[in-house]
Amino acid sequence: MPESGGGVGWQAIDDTPIAYLREGEEAHPPLDAPAYKSTHLRHPRRPLLYLPQTLTEITGPALGDAARIGPLDHDLTRQHAGAPIGERLIVQGRVLDTEGKPLRGTLVEIWQANAAGRYLHKRDDWAAPLDPNFSGAGRCVTDDEGRFRFVTIRPGPYPWGNHHNAWRPAHIHFSLLGRAFAQRLVTQMYFPHDPFFPYDPIYNAIRDERARERLLARFNVHETVPQWAQCWEFDIVLRGPAATPFEEEL
Amino acid sequence: MIFPTTPSQTVGPYYAIGLPWPQGPHVVPPGTPGAIRLRGVVYDGRGAVIPDHLIETWQADPEGRFADLHGAGPAGPSRLAGFRGFGRCGQEVGDGSYEIVTVKPGRVPGPGGALQAPHVDVSLFARGLLHRLVTRIYFADEEAANAEDPVLRSVPAERRATMLAVPEADGYRLDIHLQGPRETVFFAL
Repeated sequence: MPESGGGVGWQAIDDTPIAYLREGEEAHPPLDAPAYKSTHLRHPRRPLLYLPQTLTEITGPALGDAARIGPLDHDLTRQHAGAPIGERLIVQGRVLDTEGKPLRGTLVEIWQANAAGRYLHKRDDWAAPLDPNFSGAGRCVTDDEGRFRFVTIRPGPYPWGNHHNAWRPAHIHFSLLGRAFAQRLVTQMYFPHDPFFPYDPIYNAIRDERARERLLARFNVHETVPQWAQCWEFDIVLRGPAATPFEEEL
Repeated sequence: MIFPTTPSQTVGPYYAIGLPWPQGPHVVPPGTPGAIRLRGVVYDGRGAVIPDHLIETWQADPEGRFADLHGAGPAGPSRLAGFRGFGRCGQEVGDGSYEIVTVKPGRVPGPGGALQAPHVDVSLFARGLLHRLVTRIYFADEEAANAEDPVLRSVPAERRATMLAVPEADGYRLDIHLQGPRETVFFAL
């Protein structure tokens, strides 16, 4: 990961928005989602206040410098001596803004459980085996067309304590830095037809079914590599420029 | 708008696999003159520490310039050697605290071109947060600048102290409360 910042390697990109769409409450799941018990003591009780988009909010960190990303950081199947157990997947897609413009040079970070549904994390006590050939973390930077590509294995579902027989649908965590503080997003990618969807309060906290479906990867038979790896597509849309900048905010 | 945005999901309890890195809390490189520590503890609605939170910060340098890849604003990019402007602090097994090593930001323009008081933008992620929480850290010893800051002035007076970091020997401290009588001011952005 990056060890230096600022000054060195700085490169201006001149088409950056000066104001971003303000997202309504319907764009994301609510902070107070009673079925997801951990929200109970962690969601603010008072209404969020309005933050104007000043220079601090429309600028963002330069962590997407490709020179700082290791050559195998995008390939979670080649980070150890042997191959991890599981279905090999290519997970690829584009990072776009709401105008459809590709976001190039932005950092994409992922983390996930292994094929048995176990995370390489001290707090994960699920009684499934760790895989000595799988750490479960990857990162890459989008190219000029906003594309990213990871090679990994399909994560397993796993039980958790939210309610009786709660199982998380299989998922890969995604972190998107975007170009600006205003574009920061953390989300999860799921696979279609997961049997645990109807019971998962995190997935279902997104009230709109069409919005939930934006978190589903799509199987791509054309990009699937014969006798080697399935290809799954996952496009991510970060909020784009406001149609009319608010003059009072500039 | 052509495409709807991808919805947010929680960072979950195991983000430490993928997100923190050793230099993450270092907004400035070790040995930077005038470096300060900005620290605090994050509490839930019962007053218990939240051990699995992730804090990210974004700020200008002391001249009010950003380490931004995409334009950096009218003042131009930061001239401070190694200034990243971004901090990320999260632990695999945490004690509820956060700490970044940084420099006090300068003043940057706000609404209408008036200068804002020195501030640090904060994103807070955790299990149980389906979307990041956004707040700002201001500095309690910047009384004159704080008094004319447009964002602080938009916050009810009795809640402003929840955003004011208090000076300590080697920096500043601000605790964050997700609920309760001292609930931190959080923003929609």
